[in-house]
Amino acid sequence: MDFINNNLPYLLAGISVGGQYALIAIGYTMVYGILRLINFAHGDVFMAAGLIMIYAVTAMPLYLAIPLTLIATVLIGFLIERVAYKPLRSAPRMSVMISAIGVSYLLQNLALYVTGGLSKMYPTIPWISDTITIGGATTKMVTVITPILTIILIVALVTFIQKTKIGMAMRAVSKDFETSQLMGIKINSVISATFIIGSFLAAVGSMLYFTNYAAVIPTSGAMPGLKAFVAAVFGGIGSIPGAVIGAFLIGICENIIKGMGLTTFSDAFTFVLLIIILVFKPTGLFGEKANEKV
Amino acid sequence: MTKKISTSTIVSAALVILLFVLVFVLEKVTNPYSMLFVVLKKGAIYALVAVSMNLLNGFTGLFSLGQAGFMLIGAYTYAIFTIPADQRMSVYQYFDGGIIDFSIPVIPALILAGIAAAFFAFLIGLPVLRLKSDYLAIATLGFAEIIRAFFQWDALGPVTNGSNLLKKFPTFDSTLFPFAVVGICIALIVMLINSSYGRAFKAIRDDEIAAEAMGINLFRHKQMSFVISSFFAGVGGALLAMYQTTVQAMAFKSAMTYEILLIVVIGGIGSVTGSVIASFLFIACSEWWLRFLDTETFIGAWQVPLLRSGFRKVVFAVIIMAVVLFYRQGIMGNREFSPQALINKWKKLTSKRKKTSKEGR
Repeated sequence: MDFINNNLPYLLAGISVGGQYALIAIGYTMVYGILRLINFAHGDVFMAAGLIMIYAVTAMPLYLAIPLTLIATVLIGFLIERVAYKPLRSAPRMSVMISAIGVSYLLQNLALYVTGGLSKMYPTIPWISDTITIGGATTKMVTVITPILTIILIVALVTFIQKTKIGMAMRAVSKDFETSQLMGIKINSVISATFIIGSFLAAVGSMLYFTNYAAVIPTSGAMPGLKAFVAAVFGGIGSIPGAVIGAFLIGICENIIKGMGLTTFSDAFTFVLLIIILVFKPTGLFGEKANEKV
Repeated sequence: MTKKISTSTIVSAALVILLFVLVFVLEKVTNPYSMLFVVLKKGAIYALVAVSMNLLNGFTGLFSLGQAGFMLIGAYTYAIFTIPADQRMSVYQYFDGGIIDFSIPVIPALILAGIAAAFFAFLIGLPVLRLKSDYLAIATLGFAEIIRAFFQWDALGPVTNGSNLLKKFPTFDSTLFPFAVVGICIALIVMLINSSYGRAFKAIRDDEIAAEAMGINLFRHKQMSFVISSFFAGVGGALLAMYQTTVQAMAFKSAMTYEILLIVVIGGIGSVTGSVIASFLFIACSEWWLRFLDTETFIGAWQVPLLRSGFRKVVFAVIIMAVVLFYRQGIMGNREFSPQALINKWKKLTSKRKKTSKEGR
């Protein structure tokens, strides 16, 4: 009990960050499930959402800026897939991954150009930046909202995948890419839908994430992106509940490590976890085992 | 048992010597602090690291993204062991002059840098090399991040100087030094690739299962390729430290690995000469030729739009994307540049022209 009391602020922060990672991780895990591609650019899409929000807020009221940010981020995700990944559909997997790294490089440099290398202050969104006190720990409203919103969005997403026609198509494509194509599923629209959902969730995640941070810089997306990816691998890549559990676990552990005064290692821990899970259970918690055929 | 040395080998060797002489003369004649020499020095260092990455990605088919981590190990090892004893107090000012109170000469330190990187590669390879393609990529990327955090840890301060700069170690002035070291290293890598081990690496790249069936010990060969590649990445890191005159773990981010990977891709995955050419082009473009894009330019009273600080990198990234998307083979594909190939190509071209001119008659 004492441990929980002492670590309550870190635990709360961990749950909050975990929820934000979960929103990014879904983008990774869905894309990997369908294309078998580590979308290295996803973290940078997340960063771009942060920057768009900053510029949108200076030009228009908040109730317009938020939907605009969501739409613009979705558009970026959609365009990246169409321009950088679609032409390589029949190419070896490594080429697509290299293309993803190229997109990530491009987005970071573009952000550097647009911001002029200055870190941009993230706007305070009223209500979710308010401070509240829970059990003696002072924190921001966003800490409480994040897990709730994350769970609502994930339930909605799972329902979408289970009940709708396009959701069914997604499941079919992730099971067997070629067969589903032969069955008349429009692969391209399914893949686009995946990227749209992933980018949308990343945009929501970025609004929650950057509220806790003062500024956005071009490389802001890299670390959360990598961690969210690790979360996806941990939970078993391709599995949405796995990604969410992995993300919360990483968020909480990372903040408790920070609480113990080992801030340098909070990032490294994530990767130690990754290597351990890859060595002992390469398919993650809920991943399916793929057999290699000759 | 003397092997007959072919003419093309002699011609290649002569070309390399000519290149060295050219660099030497240029440095004597022109301003040695001009942009050209910046590009040549940095380009040579990146060439070594790119070739070492190509050994893994292009020749063994192991998609590793840990290069920046091994460079970091090399750079730190070199710096830690070569800072002169009387300078240590000022470098390790927060850690009582550190715990090492001797220094070793440059060349042994370079080799030690490689060995240190190779040793870490050996350790990390034990678990990681059993993973498949993209899992391997992400695990090695993660490893590089762990190393970066580890070297900045305060508790290791007496050795690594925590998150502070390491400086005042011996560096090089002449462009010939990195050229010589890089030349020797690349020659060693080429010899390895052409040996029976190199053939085994290529077999693994082309088909793991078939290679295993042919009696190639998969794990042992992968490990060998990984360790050797890391050795040269470590030496490259040490050279980079010498070039920059200071080292800080902060700088060895995954973005550095990505840059090297992009060099390998531009040069052609599986081509040593391609990687070398691409790294000089890459450094020249990013440091020199595209500089004009960063300065605001006026033609008369009309300001050229878009040109301001940072635009160079955007253009550069777009070019890279174009190469990745439309020119997937890179500059050299998986062929090698050699005088013989050039002559053959020329002969082919001229004979074709003769043929067409005959047909025209």
